[in-house]
Amino acid sequence: MLRGLLQLTWLEIKIFLREPLGAIGTLLIPVVLFLVVGRVMGGRGAAPSPAAANFMRSGLPVMVSILIALSAVVSLVTIVSIYREGGILKRLRATPMRPHTILSAHVLVKLLFTAVTLLLMTLAGRRYFPAATAAPLLSFAVALLLSTLTILSMGFVIASLVRTARFAQPVSAVIFYPMIALSGLFVPTDALPPWLQSVAQVLPLTYVVSLLQGIWSGASWWAHLGDLAALAVVCIVCTALSARLFRWE
Amino acid sequence: MSIELRPAVRVAHVRKSYGKTVAIDEVSFDVREGEIFGLIGPNGAGKTTTMECVEGLRKPDRGTISVLGLDPFRDVYQLQERIGVQLQQAHLQKRIKVWEAAHLWASLYRKPVGDADRLLEQLGLADKREAWFMTLSGGQQQRLFIALALINDPELVFLDELTTGLDPQARRAIWDLVRGIRARGKTVFMTTHLMEEAERLCDRVAIIEHGRIIDIDVPQRLIDRHCPERTVVLTTDDPLAAERFRALPRVDQVQHSGSRFTIRGRGDDFVSEVIQCLAEHQVKVRDFRTELPSLEDVFLKLTGHSIRD
Repeated sequence: MLRGLLQLTWLEIKIFLREPLGAIGTLLIPVVLFLVVGRVMGGRGAAPSPAAANFMRSGLPVMVSILIALSAVVSLVTIVSIYREGGILKRLRATPMRPHTILSAHVLVKLLFTAVTLLLMTLAGRRYFPAATAAPLLSFAVALLLSTLTILSMGFVIASLVRTARFAQPVSAVIFYPMIALSGLFVPTDALPPWLQSVAQVLPLTYVVSLLQGIWSGASWWAHLGDLAALAVVCIVCTALSARLFRWE
Repeated sequence: MSIELRPAVRVAHVRKSYGKTVAIDEVSFDVREGEIFGLIGPNGAGKTTTMECVEGLRKPDRGTISVLGLDPFRDVYQLQERIGVQLQQAHLQKRIKVWEAAHLWASLYRKPVGDADRLLEQLGLADKREAWFMTLSGGQQQRLFIALALINDPELVFLDELTTGLDPQARRAIWDLVRGIRARGKTVFMTTHLMEEAERLCDRVAIIEHGRIIDIDVPQRLIDRHCPERTVVLTTDDPLAAERFRALPRVDQVQHSGSRFTIRGRGDDFVSEVIQCLAEHQVKVRDFRTELPSLEDVFLKLTGHSIRD
């Protein structure tokens, strides 16, 4: 069945690139955002303030990476619900292809686009502001893909609960984007009021941010075992949940 | 080896409900090898539910189903290698190309039909190879779905409401394709709510209404059994015509407005009786036609309402 998985993955990549906003929305927008914000914050002539320099070193790349992961999830939830509404999932399931193969193909497509976007961002960074990309990129890429996988598993739970394609995109956006605010990306979680801190502690995105910031600034995987464990738990729970709740039609 | 032909599909006492709604109940029928079998009934009667239970896409609450000797729910992957499926109102990815769909499907089966492109050609899709699914007409989409249903050279093909939404010309073209499937020795199990389609295409039909099978037979036998009435409509100026027709034994009713007569009776001999009477009395007739009941009339009779209601 590996052949079916690869065939379908390759096909879904081609189909996604044919979408009017597919390639532009996924690949270009994060990179452009990275360049524009980097330019404004970093400036060229004057020396950047220490805070800005710090933001350039790790804040910005991590922020853009998380946006890449989140847009992958919103897109996945939307595609899955459109496919369900159009009977495409049902039609694919009425073949010898196993149900998990169909969904795995979409996960692979999203991980691939995440990796490619990260690569483009890094290349653009190397060219325009090297300071922003002085990081262990391979480890970071692995950390980002693990994070994306976890968020995708949450996306499948949403795709299982939201029945109509019309609501899939707004609902997943409303769930994921506000999570960023509490995840420690802009304000360190320590600086939050205690009750918000406890909210932040149960948000999976908090562990994503902690992991990505750590790996980006050169911390070892050992230092982030806790984050990895939290993500693994979220991923397993969400996968099990959606295996129960997922609807094919 | 048993000489007796095993039916391609055997459904016995099947029931399936969604929550409190019973979709089908006590459904039993056989589909014989090599025939076109039609499940007919209005929308919501339980046709698709029945078919999806047979395809292994749904698990019945009660009853047994055997398809090509397999349990469709337990052995679904084994079965899917040997059946071809066209689902009602299914779509493909909007921007998938015709040849890509055919090649994907071919790659999913262990024993695909030799040449996917040749199949597209046979279904008149050769010049649409590079077209996106969303740009195809309704008839072209259905032909693509037939191609996908045939791509594994299946023994049994399921067609659910194949021609719904197609114009009459496209519909006729599809009928020819379905006859072609039977000509290749395959069994076809189809559903339709179009009585004309069932009458022209199916070797045998089962009429389903409110989730229950009402009757199963060859279309003509269903008509003979439930609607033996025949009607002769003719025009004559003979002043004694009405009297003479009424005297015929098989005539039930004679109506006329002016010189136009409508004569109702029953049995195959009724029409020849009328003709004989005309010849015997040398009645001059300007116009003569017989009206035969159709499956539509059978349905009306059995359910008390038209299928279009």
